Amino acid sequence: MSSDWPLWEVFVRSRGGLSHRHVGSVHAPDAELALAHARDTYTRRLEGVSLWVVPSAEIVASDPEQAGELFEPAESKIYRHPTFYDIPEEVKHI
Amino acid sequence: MATIAPVDARGEYLLRLGDDALVLGQRVSEWCGHGPVLEVDISLANLALDLIGQATLLLGEAGDGDKLAFHRDVLDFRNCLLVEQPNGDFAQSIARHLLYTTWQHMLLQRLVQSSDRFLREFAHKAVKEVAYHRELASEWTVRLGDGTDESARRMAEGLDWNWRFVPELFEMDEALQAAIAAGIAPDPRDFQDQYRSSIASVLAEAQLEVPTEQRPILGGRRGHHSEHLGHLLAVMQFLPRTYPDAKW
Repeated sequence: MSSDWPLWEVFVRSRGGLSHRHVGSVHAPDAELALAHARDTYTRRLEGVSLWVVPSAEIVASDPEQAGELFEPAESKIYRHPTFYDIPEEVKHI
Repeated sequence: MATIAPVDARGEYLLRLGDDALVLGQRVSEWCGHGPVLEVDISLANLALDLIGQATLLLGEAGDGDKLAFHRDVLDFRNCLLVEQPNGDFAQSIARHLLYTTWQHMLLQRLVQSSDRFLREFAHKAVKEVAYHRELASEWTVRLGDGTDESARRMAEGLDWNWRFVPELFEMDEALQAAIAAGIAPDPRDFQDQYRSSIASVLAEAQLEVPTEQRPILGGRRGHHSEHLGHLLAVMQFLPRTYPDAKW
């Protein structure tokens, strides 16, 4: 039965103010039960205050074959990191 | 074994609610590892744990919770007959859960105004858990009833099996009358119409007929149980009765 059900990606917001984070996936026949399954599987230890479920089939992913052209060029461009500034002592939380 | 059950109206009421939660929790936990799919297995285990947690609070308030759960004989159990009914297939278990938790939810919504502080606080905590149980059981009833021919047939059969145990939920007796008079317990007859119409509306959405009335079966609150409870207790009580001082 489970294999007949579509897969849903589950995102949990752990606290107000934080972003929803991907935590895993569940099988479910429809959106309401996907939320119920996500709640029962991923928030049973008080992990969250909000849930999203998204049909896995709706996720558009980059092609691993293209990893070279997509991501490697950034490796040699360390000047894009904001690490070349002296941060004054008084400035916190950076 | 001498009875270790309390005798006053409050104790009797705690025992009734506590035994309902314990027995249904044990029943639902029988699904653990046998759920139709992994997600449903986890979901059923969560429901069982909520109920066992409620039983722990209620029986702990009634007396020595472990003794009451594990060292009491079948005739001293005060749960309603509905909760001890066998799981059957998934649809039959969902039917039982819908019929019981709809009642339990309506009761807890009123129990938050009990004159008894423990019961008020208990109801305040449990009412949220049970709201989810009722919602989930309703969702599954609709999906099975309004699903395939086979799922609709199984859901209808599951409701038929459990239907004759519904009148007991609204039965009045001396002990309950005393608890109501003391302001401890709500009168379930006050929400009987609401209960019937709530179930009817879930069944209408599920494209199912309300089962035809059958001869009601009563007696659980007086310790007259079906044969099923003895088997359930044998499994549940075996270990602590065989090794009374076992620790883990």
